[in-house]
Amino acid sequence: MENTQQEINETVKSNNVVLFMKGTKAAPQCGFSNKVSGILNYMGVDFKDINVLGDESIREGIKIYSDWPTVPQLYVNGEFVGGCDIITEMTLSGELDTLLEDQKIPYDKEAADKIRATNS
Amino acid sequence: MAMQAKEIEKLIKETFPKAKVTITDLAGDGNHYAAEVTDESFRGKNRVQQQRAVYASLKGKMDGSNGELHALALTTKIPN
Repeated sequence: MENTQQEINETVKSNNVVLFMKGTKAAPQCGFSNKVSGILNYMGVDFKDINVLGDESIREGIKIYSDWPTVPQLYVNGEFVGGCDIITEMTLSGELDTLLEDQKIPYDKEAADKIRATNS
Repeated sequence: MAMQAKEIEKLIKETFPKAKVTITDLAGDGNHYAAEVTDESFRGKNRVQQQRAVYASLKGKMDGSNGELHALALTTKIPN
């Protein structure tokens, strides 16, 4: 269990954007994971996807690591940003753009605006 | 194992007695709910901190693959 926590910590610290999800970004296996990975893909954010269904110790370990009971979970530069509800809210409010800009993560602003225009 | 909306509300209210809590059964299957919780104690906390507090009030009902609640769409708000 300690090893799992270390492994998660290394993953989170060594990648700018990490999404712990059910399935992969190419083939999400849960509606909530699909939604968040879809947002990131559409916005052209380069992120590392960790499929928690592929490793039971990560699946349980990430909940402990983040003190957060559900998946997906998004990390940007080592900081936990939130799950599906928070990411959705932040995308629509523009807070996600601000966060990505502050953290120097490249993304497609036009695509983000298009998401907002379609969902307002 | 499904859970009733009023059980969820009761658990949240135990931690947030003055909160306004609205539970919606999204799929009608007793397993996918949306909860909106409005409480003064959220003031000064970010969304992650607010939602962590609500999850904590559910006392492990969402834990693991045997969790009674598969999905709870959470919205936390501060009263106007």
